[in-house]
Amino acid sequence: MRYSILGVGLLMAASVVHAEDKPILTVMTYDSFVSDWGPGPAVEDAFEGFCECDLNFVAAGDGAALLARVKLEGARSEADVVLGLDTNLTAEAVETGLFAAHDMAKAALDLPVDWTDQTFLPYDWGYFAFVHNADMADVPGDMKALGSSDTKIIIQDPRSSTPGLGLLMWVKAAYGDDASAVWEALADNVVTVTPGWSEAYGLFLEGEADMVLSYTTSPAYHLIAEEDDTKKAALFSEGHYMQVEVGGILKSSDQPALAEAFLSFMVTDGFQSIIPTTNWMYPAAVPEAGLPDGFETLIQPEKPLLFSPEEAQAIRASALDEWLNALSK
Amino acid sequence: MAERAQQIGFGTWVGVAAAVAIPGLILVTTLAIFWVAEPGSGLGSSDWAAVRFTLWQATLSAVFSVALAVPVARALARQRFPGRGILVTLLGAPFLLPVIVAVFGLLAVFGRGGFVNVGLVWMGLPEVSIYGLHGVVLAHVFFNLPLATRLILQGWQGIPAERYRLAASLGMEAAAVNRHLERPMLWQVLPGAGLVIFVLCTTSFAVALTLGGGPSATTVELAIYQALRFEFDLSRAAFLSLIQLTITVVLAMLAFRFVRHPGFDRGFDRRMVRYDGRRGVLPYQDGVLIGGVTTFLLLPILAVVFRGVPELWGLPTQVWTSALRSVLVALSSTVLVVVLALAMALTVVRLRRGTWVETAGLLTVAASPLVLGTGLFVLIHPVANPEALALPVTILVNAMATLPFALRAMVPAYRGIEADYGRLADTLSLTGWARMRLLILPRLRRPLGFSAGLAAALSMGDLGVIALFADPETATLPLQIYRLMGSYRMDDASGAAVLLLGLSFGLFWIFDRGARRADV
Repeated sequence: MRYSILGVGLLMAASVVHAEDKPILTVMTYDSFVSDWGPGPAVEDAFEGFCECDLNFVAAGDGAALLARVKLEGARSEADVVLGLDTNLTAEAVETGLFAAHDMAKAALDLPVDWTDQTFLPYDWGYFAFVHNADMADVPGDMKALGSSDTKIIIQDPRSSTPGLGLLMWVKAAYGDDASAVWEALADNVVTVTPGWSEAYGLFLEGEADMVLSYTTSPAYHLIAEEDDTKKAALFSEGHYMQVEVGGILKSSDQPALAEAFLSFMVTDGFQSIIPTTNWMYPAAVPEAGLPDGFETLIQPEKPLLFSPEEAQAIRASALDEWLNALSK
Repeated sequence: MAERAQQIGFGTWVGVAAAVAIPGLILVTTLAIFWVAEPGSGLGSSDWAAVRFTLWQATLSAVFSVALAVPVARALARQRFPGRGILVTLLGAPFLLPVIVAVFGLLAVFGRGGFVNVGLVWMGLPEVSIYGLHGVVLAHVFFNLPLATRLILQGWQGIPAERYRLAASLGMEAAAVNRHLERPMLWQVLPGAGLVIFVLCTTSFAVALTLGGGPSATTVELAIYQALRFEFDLSRAAFLSLIQLTITVVLAMLAFRFVRHPGFDRGFDRRMVRYDGRRGVLPYQDGVLIGGVTTFLLLPILAVVFRGVPELWGLPTQVWTSALRSVLVALSSTVLVVVLALAMALTVVRLRRGTWVETAGLLTVAASPLVLGTGLFVLIHPVANPEALALPVTILVNAMATLPFALRAMVPAYRGIEADYGRLADTLSLTGWARMRLLILPRLRRPLGFSAGLAAALSMGDLGVIALFADPETATLPLQIYRLMGSYRMDDASGAAVLLLGLSFGLFWIFDRGARRADV
């Protein structure tokens, strides 16, 4: 009897060891990626289907706060892959020296821009836009019209959120030295500044503002997932700033091969076909089946705006100061 | 006392060690902040905006709280009605109320979809926004109006009943009573009450975190958090901490100089009859005031309870794990507070010149938890991942924050016990642990239970230093609620808020009532 108990104990211990044998890949990303309706759960299923590993997502606020966390954790980080920085932050991320180069220079991508980055690989892209209810009267047609209207908007903090930072770059790319004046005009339209995209979009849906900074692709979520065509993105005449979201491998990773495998998987159909209807962005490599029905109804900006990572890094500090000054008055 | 000074036992050593360690900790963290703060970086205009906002919102909060509290306290002072005692006790409850729960309730009442705005729209009036300055001041008034009411009510109760009798026999109307009795008292009480609230509002972090909106509604403490968590700029966080430290120290010195206690501690000696409050419209006017304030205070809480209770059963596991984590943090922090306060109280009484020990314990009032947290962060970061130490740091900082209250409750009680029974115990050679167990602890039960309850409830509801240190996986319950609200899971957030509300008040009740019941 005693032996059999011992046997069960040993067996259990063995099975625990077996479970621990499965390597764990930790991916640090932003909140909405791992939410129940985000891409996280489907991506996890798809990758674990063949990787013989355990994929573990860690959510760390919005995209820009991710970089702060990477810096905070430094070489001590338990994360292997960071998912959710964008090109406005990649130059600064490379400068930390914490990211390793990837091995996939020849990945086939369908981005509207050339991709040569050796450290980061894109997984989706989109255009920033203000989203509003379809029944809204007098939808502003550009930033200046928005600034002089009494439309209430919710935006994100550029220090913690990539959409927030994107708006900063958008105003800078469209108005250059006049950016400061544009922000001063916008200041009284801002109901609140949230730390991340999720908070802002949640408040907008709760009715706290007329418009929210999001993406041209956001109405697709309401159309496809909720069969609701009452949300629209406003087309702005000065053009729309682009966002390219990327993943990168941390040098400190204890699973570099697995991390590399995840990055390769990221640009295949298995991952890319999940993106449009969960992250509600354009896939970086359009899957064979094409874009889902409903995407053709989205507005198409005529003038895409985008700074190179180096330009964005050079502009960021002064643009942030302009923003802080305009909004703290 | 000379004889007893010789009995320097284990407890005394713990007390002395604590009294040295606490100022030591504050000093070391402050030095660390000085070390990291870049001298050349200076104050940007947004930093000045944060300083201005901090002082401006604190001024508005203090003025509104006190201005509204005066008529309410007057109404409570001159009217007697069933439930008045309970109401006055309840006015102390917001002190234990977790900020995030109150914010959730205020959003339900004053947010875009709340009763107030629905009512305004129905009447054809413009909606009000709860974000930014309005919201921060509203939340601070919600928390501090009851405190101000209690402070001012104590002032009213300090006026001897005989004066009112005299006033009544002279046939004074309310206006005359006001001029001769009430106004002089208010002049004494109001500056102190206002300053206390002003100080509390300058170190309020969670309200600004949840209701502040953008650079125009950022307090210095929120700016510290943003510098650390958004930009990981240690030097900037340290610099802002120095600003916050300056504000707190200057205000603490002001408070020390100006806050007087004009016989606040006296209760009723005889039945107070306020003849002036029975005339004309006054009973109705007072009734409306008291009813209005009660509604203002209860409505947000009721909104949380009604929305949250049905959600309790469907709460996700992560809420329950964070609740368990919070309970463990609260209990650890409570044990720490009780041990420190007991040892320090013992030392204050035993040591011949022991008052410095109490002063050392009260020093933590001047150190804001977030500044202390920043100092610890700066100290820990070079050697370990601060996130790994999130919970121990939270336990420590929460204990520091409650220690002054515990000392204030325990030192006088301890002193009384030694004065009353000390000599007898000495002649019986009752020393060491036996003296503690047989003499002190049974008689110290009430302040001990109250301090423990306070420590547990405050630590349970704290949303401050944990936000600075937590990684995505280890949230306490208040932080979890903040995150659920952020990811627009309002149903789960409301259930978790009810859970937090129950746990905070439940812990307080268990300790406080438990100690009282054991008395009987």
